[in-house]
Amino acid sequence: MSNNKKKNLTPTQQEYQALAGKREVKRPLFKNCIKAFLVGGTICVIGQLIATFYMYFFKFTEQNVGNPTVATLIFITMILTGIGIYDHIAQFAGAGTAVPVTGFGNAVISAAIEHRTEGFVLGVGGNMFKLAGTVILFGVFSAFIVALIKTILIQWGGL
Amino acid sequence: MEFFWAFIVGGLICVIGQIMFDVFKLTPGHTLSILVASGSVLSGFGLYDKLVDFAGAGASVPITSFGNQLVNGAMEAADKHGIIGVITGMFQVTSSGISAAIIFGMIGAIFFKPKG
Repeated sequence: MSNNKKKNLTPTQQEYQALAGKREVKRPLFKNCIKAFLVGGTICVIGQLIATFYMYFFKFTEQNVGNPTVATLIFITMILTGIGIYDHIAQFAGAGTAVPVTGFGNAVISAAIEHRTEGFVLGVGGNMFKLAGTVILFGVFSAFIVALIKTILIQWGGL
Repeated sequence: MEFFWAFIVGGLICVIGQIMFDVFKLTPGHTLSILVASGSVLSGFGLYDKLVDFAGAGASVPITSFGNQLVNGAMEAADKHGIIGVITGMFQVTSSGISAAIIFGMIGAIFFKPKG
């Protein structure tokens, strides 16, 4: 909690914050990193397997093979999310499943399944990108800024 | 050998994410946003494509590649159409990730029931 917020609290509340901070279970950083490394690495190896398969049988090149690979991984994520296995893996792996594109897929798909009871238009349609929208927003906006600067430098700066 | 480097590089990017979770106490939303943005910045310097060449899926499966591909699409179109291409070409390369997420999300919503 930021210091700014702490100033507005009563002394009792500050005492409680200090106590809560002391009692908070320390997150096992090293163990979590190992788990994330193993699971994340495994997902990337699976991706590499799929990519090799597409390059071998469907004549994709190394540059554009990422597209079908990502789509296939999201498809697998849909199956695992639907039958409820993905949550168990995600709980074990932390960032290991969140950082690969499977995490993005899971955010979209689980939101879609969860809000289905509110109907397809307002529920599924309205909530699908509730979690994943931030990735798209900042991805697109940062890419826009970067590409804009680079284009200006190349076209008018003679880079 | 490509599989080995895919494992190492992909795993390391996930460890960076885990450190952001645990050490800086960021939410998954913040972490992923930062990773995507750093992917596009690395792409701007031309570094991310080298990483993809080196590690294959180890670099193209993590969410950082989303930012990279957005920049690549924008730059490809900017070569052809000038500054307008930055906007028109952005999703040209990366369409599959988003369309797959939308399509499979809809299929999932039709076929699976929410749990719990």
